[in-house]
Amino acid sequence: MQLCQDQEPRVSDAIFRTKGITKVYKTGDVAVYALDGVDLDLYEGELTVLLGPSGSGKSTLLNILGGLDHATTGQVWFADTELTLMSDRELTKYRRDHVGFVFQFYNLVPSLTALENVQLVTDVSPNPMPAADALELVGLGKRMDHFPSEMSGGEQQRVAIARAIAKQPEILLCDEPTGALDSTTGVQVLEVLRDINERFGTTTVVITHNAEIQRMAHRVIFFQDGKISETRINETRLAPSEIVW
Amino acid sequence: MHAIDIKLLRDFKRLWVQAIAIALVLACGVAVLLTSVGMYTALSETRTAYYERNRFADVFAQAIRAPTSLLGEIAQIDGVLGVEARIVGDTLLDIPGRDETAVGRVLSYPDTGRPLLNVPLLLEGRFPAPDHPDEVVVNEPFARANGFHPADSFSANLRGQKHALTIVGTALSPEFVYTIGPGALMPDNESFGIIWMSDRAAAAAFDMTGAFNTVSLSLAARVSPDPVIDQLNDLLEPYGGLGAYDRSTHTSDAFLDAEITQLRGMATVLPPIFFAISGFLVSMVMSRIVALERSEIGLLKAIGYSNTEVCLHYLMLAGLIAIVGVVIGWLAGAVLARSLALQYAEFFNFPFVIFQVSYRVYAAAGLAGVVTTSLGAASAALKAARLAPAIAMQPPAPPRFKRSIADRAMSAMHLSQPTIMILRSLLRWPLRSLLTSLGIALAVASVVSSFFINDALDEIVDLAFYQTNRQDAILLFAQDVPEIAVESARNLPGVLQAESQQFQAVILHSGHLTKRVAIEARRPGTDLSRVLDVDGVALSAPPGGIMLSIRLARQLNVQIGDTVQAEFLSGRRETYDLVVTNLVEQHFGLGAYMDLAYLNALIRQSPHLSTINITRDDRYSDDLHAAIKRLPRVTGIVEMNENRRAFEDTIKQNVVVLNTIYIVIAVLITVGVTYNAARIQLSERARELASLRILGFNRGEVSYILVGEMMLIAIIAQPIGWFIGAWIAAAMTNSFSSDLYSIPLVLKPATFATSSLVVLISAFGSVMVVRHRLDRLDLISVMKTRE
Repeated sequence: MQLCQDQEPRVSDAIFRTKGITKVYKTGDVAVYALDGVDLDLYEGELTVLLGPSGSGKSTLLNILGGLDHATTGQVWFADTELTLMSDRELTKYRRDHVGFVFQFYNLVPSLTALENVQLVTDVSPNPMPAADALELVGLGKRMDHFPSEMSGGEQQRVAIARAIAKQPEILLCDEPTGALDSTTGVQVLEVLRDINERFGTTTVVITHNAEIQRMAHRVIFFQDGKISETRINETRLAPSEIVW
Repeated sequence: MHAIDIKLLRDFKRLWVQAIAIALVLACGVAVLLTSVGMYTALSETRTAYYERNRFADVFAQAIRAPTSLLGEIAQIDGVLGVEARIVGDTLLDIPGRDETAVGRVLSYPDTGRPLLNVPLLLEGRFPAPDHPDEVVVNEPFARANGFHPADSFSANLRGQKHALTIVGTALSPEFVYTIGPGALMPDNESFGIIWMSDRAAAAAFDMTGAFNTVSLSLAARVSPDPVIDQLNDLLEPYGGLGAYDRSTHTSDAFLDAEITQLRGMATVLPPIFFAISGFLVSMVMSRIVALERSEIGLLKAIGYSNTEVCLHYLMLAGLIAIVGVVIGWLAGAVLARSLALQYAEFFNFPFVIFQVSYRVYAAAGLAGVVTTSLGAASAALKAARLAPAIAMQPPAPPRFKRSIADRAMSAMHLSQPTIMILRSLLRWPLRSLLTSLGIALAVASVVSSFFINDALDEIVDLAFYQTNRQDAILLFAQDVPEIAVESARNLPGVLQAESQQFQAVILHSGHLTKRVAIEARRPGTDLSRVLDVDGVALSAPPGGIMLSIRLARQLNVQIGDTVQAEFLSGRRETYDLVVTNLVEQHFGLGAYMDLAYLNALIRQSPHLSTINITRDDRYSDDLHAAIKRLPRVTGIVEMNENRRAFEDTIKQNVVVLNTIYIVIAVLITVGVTYNAARIQLSERARELASLRILGFNRGEVSYILVGEMMLIAIIAQPIGWFIGAWIAAAMTNSFSSDLYSIPLVLKPATFATSSLVVLISAFGSVMVVRHRLDRLDLISVMKTRE
């Protein structure tokens, strides 16, 4: 799939649909419900923020949407494909072809340079952009040959974003992308995420427990105790630079 | 190159010290495999080629004096291809510049110049001319040891007369690959030489015109030697036949064969140990790497790498270690195998060496290395493959510690917290601690199993030269002489004691088991050549009885009180029943002992002797040798001091090399195991140890936890290593035991102490290298590292 470069996000059909998904962790005789019947629609081209306290189930949902984990019960569709019916092998292909991940702690491979970290993805993706272009997009064109240990946290996270978008994914899943960053660097990272979302129309899901970040989203979903407590649509969105925390 | 491959190479670069430590252990396995297989094939192929090219005979027999007309009949025996008769005799040599006498074995060389069998290979000069009785060819090692060159001369005591002999050439023969003189324990080229002289000259020297006393046969392919031996014995019986035998009983070939068997044993026992240790080390290191790279594994899966690709990634890391180890092993093995094969060729008097290690051996050694490391890495790589991505992205759960009886014991002992941390860590991962201990224990075992040989040799020398054979010299005769000769010997200059001894070639039978040996008969209460039981008590065989060495009794499956049938191979060739009265402790040969008077009576001969054991006053040594050289019937003198020196020089030199190799191996194993285990400890505990530093512990206190745990594991390994070492030593004594010699299992505290010292010092050194890293730990960055 080619990414379109519309200036305005193209809000259309739901790209993700979930129906009654639960995720139960069993420790001895105790069953802990990380997700407790979540019904959710996420729309193509939207930037959605999942908001909630620690342990509310946001990351578990993200992992299930990204094909990293299986739901205990319920159904998840990506477009017309039911993820919950996929085998591990199919989920791997799904992640390889369609999903980009950004993590709180960047998860860069320390023994690879910025460029090589991005190439890690472009080597296995069916339709990647050149790794160097991805780094240019996040403003790291001149830092390509640096190792993670030679970069600041913000730069490392931008490498992680470059790595996520290099495969030109339909969906970008970000788990606390600014969680380990100070506010200035955090804003820079959010700018990049919004830029990607707006330039390529990549459906973006951002998990955060920073309530201020919701103001840049099209849609905000509140989590509480493994359930969606509220869904809100922002009529007006703020630019990341206008967000203060 | 793909980014994941770049990661692989960089990971390998980062781990290079650990990787090299493992690779060296693996290299040992590969090198030992190549060396032992290389030497084994070199020795056996060289032997085959040498025997074939120089037509080494298949069956051998001696007689007192057989007419040459008998050869036609011998050639008629079914399956016989070639027959060659020779005149063979031992003689005393007088070598210019040498006070002691030497012994020469004279072999007749056909006047035609074309020997059929056992063809000597001329290295220098020419063969003796038939019409020049003074011309001889000597074996090259004898010439070299005595500094002889063609045209040099020495004299020999032939038929009671001193004959000057001129060397016209030097040669080697397939019969004397291992050249051991009469009564000697080890080759001593200076005092024993092979002398080829023209048929005519030999016949004159030994009074054998128209007769022979040695015959060699070659057999057609796939002909069993046994029926041929029986028929040959029947033909030679009237002429004092001493019993024919095949190659397996030929002294030179038997020694060579024992060596080849040992090498084959080494090739099958040692390499698997090294492969197993390197597999274990790889498993240990890879498990840790997978644990450390947990989030990277999660990431690789998150961005679309399949389980197979992740699994392969880690297997390839182990594969790189294997490649380095295999390549080092190949190089070291190739060099070692070639140089050791050449040394063997020198020791065994081969004129050439066929050294060719097949590419298949390299391939098999390489494959074994790669397979064992892959097996070692398999568990960790599969764990990486199975790790669910969502779980991999989360930090691992902290290790579970539970209170146990051990904890209560530790509380009761009021141990310090760091000591409790050490003990708890050992108990938390008992299997890992045990395997690490086992690795170190194998290093200890490697030293024990090579150092015990020192003590075993001391015991062999003590038993052979101080307890049993206490004579200074043995006088040898061409044929048995009346026992009265012992009186003449007592009158020789400087002789203090003289005792007679008689040898009779027999075949002992017990049920279906048979063994060809020489019975030694002596007077009761002899003092110079004694036989001892296992407790060191001197024994004398009672009339009617026979004493057997323990190994011989085992081969015949008889015990004290059982009866054996002794078939005498000379004289009237009668068979007698003898009761086994005692078992004798002995490390050389398969001894059988009888009472001399009883033996003479049994075979109905007047008192005779074959050898005389003497002690002497060393001040008259030169006079004694001068006198002996003049005695017509004495064909040789065995100097026991020289015998011992030759034995000690040859064996101890080899043992020093062996000990050094095994110490190096033990150090490599210890470093490989300890360094890797300590690095793993450090990486697992970096946060914990850094926390202690932040809490105010000094470097020494913190490193105590790391060093203490590793050294505790090393100490636990010691008794395990002693036990395994003793077990390997016992297995080695069994496998080295042949008809020719046996090695006693002697384990002294010093051997265990040396082994432990070598290993504990290496272990401590390795841990201190890791401690150095601990000292340089950046506290802040460690505390920031996400686990």
